[in-house]
Amino acid sequence: MNVDSTIEIAGPRPLSTAPSASSTSRTPPALELCGLSKTFTLGGGLFKRGRALGAVSDVSLRIPRGQVMGLVGESGCGKSTLAKMLLGLTTPSEGDVLVDGKPLRGANQKALARHVQPIFQDPYSSLNPRKRIAQIVGLPLQVHGIGTARERAARVAETLDVVGLPRRAADQFPGQLSGGQRQRVAIARALIMRPDIVICDEPTSALDVSVQAQILNLLLDLKAEFGLTYLFISHDLAVVEHLVDRVAVMYLGRIVEEGTREQIFGAPRHPYTRALLDSALTPEPGLGVPDIGLGDAMPDPSDPPAGCAFHPRCPRAQPVCQQQRPRLEDIRGDNARVACHLA
Amino acid sequence: MTTSHASPRVSSAATSAISGEIPLPAPAWSWVTRRLFGHRGLAIGLVLVALAMLIAIFAPLLAPHDPYHQDIANRMVPPVWHDKGSWTHVLGTDKLGRDTLSRLLFGTRISLTIGLVAALISGVIGTTLGVLAGYFGGRVDAVISYIITTRLAMPVVLVALALASLTGGSLTTVIVLLGLLLWDRFAVVSRSVTQQMRDAEYVYAARTLGCSLPYILLREVLPNIAGSLIVVMTLEMAHAILLEATLSFLGMGVQPPLPSWGLMVAEGKAYMFFQPWVIAIPGIALFVLVLAINLLGDGLRDLNAPGGRN
Repeated sequence: MNVDSTIEIAGPRPLSTAPSASSTSRTPPALELCGLSKTFTLGGGLFKRGRALGAVSDVSLRIPRGQVMGLVGESGCGKSTLAKMLLGLTTPSEGDVLVDGKPLRGANQKALARHVQPIFQDPYSSLNPRKRIAQIVGLPLQVHGIGTARERAARVAETLDVVGLPRRAADQFPGQLSGGQRQRVAIARALIMRPDIVICDEPTSALDVSVQAQILNLLLDLKAEFGLTYLFISHDLAVVEHLVDRVAVMYLGRIVEEGTREQIFGAPRHPYTRALLDSALTPEPGLGVPDIGLGDAMPDPSDPPAGCAFHPRCPRAQPVCQQQRPRLEDIRGDNARVACHLA
Repeated sequence: MTTSHASPRVSSAATSAISGEIPLPAPAWSWVTRRLFGHRGLAIGLVLVALAMLIAIFAPLLAPHDPYHQDIANRMVPPVWHDKGSWTHVLGTDKLGRDTLSRLLFGTRISLTIGLVAALISGVIGTTLGVLAGYFGGRVDAVISYIITTRLAMPVVLVALALASLTGGSLTTVIVLLGLLLWDRFAVVSRSVTQQMRDAEYVYAARTLGCSLPYILLREVLPNIAGSLIVVMTLEMAHAILLEATLSFLGMGVQPPLPSWGLMVAEGKAYMFFQPWVIAIPGIALFVLVLAINLLGDGLRDLNAPGGRN
């Protein structure tokens, strides 16, 4: 896979090449997921076979260049497994990911790394505690053999400026920084290679609320500056609403609804999306924790319910929901997809 | 009542907030010395082990006599504090008239060499197995865990005795044998620590960058498990030194006339009722060295514990 030739990596990309919205129709989407599935085997040992668990099932998504796609769902629904497949950390069981129209399957990890970079959830675990900040941020350049030691140091200093860290942070260890500063280091590490696509796996959920806002604003600024495409994974709908262009809602390994921010937040059509929106806490005092009327916890993903996976918890479930799995379709032709018999 | 309770709480909260908010990292060396000498066991262990190493290195300069020189006229001379003792042989002589102090000093070399080299060999074997098992999990882990269990099921002393009697005892044999037998704790510890490390997000970050597997294992994982491994290393050193003494005592280890402490005890056992110092002196030396190494290991473990360094 010869993806390197299309994009200049070494220098900072001039702003003019940042793709505009009009070009999205002609060029391939930055990231396209085609029927992506991942099945794990549980409890297997040297002499026994395990059970199959479908963590991600048949996920198809298109993320146009320069847009932010939000991916929401409760914990355990397969969001992080999806992120790992996009980053090349796990190979998909079925389906493929197209990065700039080129398949990820069989691609060189280093070539992929120049296009797709992660920002992880926990800034306390994403930085090696035994390395200095300059080493951590400069590692991508070192691994890819870009520049001399002095050029790399200059790039590190420049990138620390971009993410709003003082230059003296370069000589410190992660243990000497606060959570917000650490997340800025993680962002600097992700951006030093000037990737096109950044996979943000709950980048703010381990941070204080005041720091969350700073990090989100930084992510938005960087997107404008470098023309980045984000896949923004979160369970926090307030954060997603603040940031995204489109939203995909995931339940038990499948996308159940996908549409623009206005469509999802304004007129949700899948009952699960509605329940998620109802579960968002209001700032109104005295209202308490909202009752979303879902009752049970999520079903066992290694033994998913027949038909629509959501039917045991759905307040409007019909007999058909127990037998037939609804397809994710653009029913109204308004470029929004939903998987529900009743939508 | 309430006020007297409240005031110390407020002040402690205030100081912790201050120390938490203003990062003033102490210079590295003052941190090291403060931690080292704040821990009494560690300080004692460190001083004694350092002393033993100095003795081992400078044994030819320190020893008053040739440890191999036999002087039949001066057999079984008691140590200096005894009525018949003399300053020519401070710790007396053995049944062949060899100077006990000189043999003791040279014996430090044998004990430390065996401890260090055997612990290094077993460290390399055990850490390699443990890190691979912990990092890959699944089938690799199942196979390596099986090997570890097999090794744990073997009684070390019996196996070492059997193999030593097959190959014939010598310094090299003992070192290799112990190195091949004592890796289990390294493997168990490095496996469990690596398992925690495998899903650390910085390992994921390195993998997404396309770092090679050796880079990830050696540069991302190993520095983070080194602390635990150093602790295991000290424990295994002490273990190896004791086992060497055991094997030598049983005649299957280091062969005469090398001045091994275990051999000195074995040679003196016939005299232990009337000349008890012949076995007491090498026995005490063995005890002090092993105690010092264990103190050092315990101290290092405390330093490495959560809250020690972040």
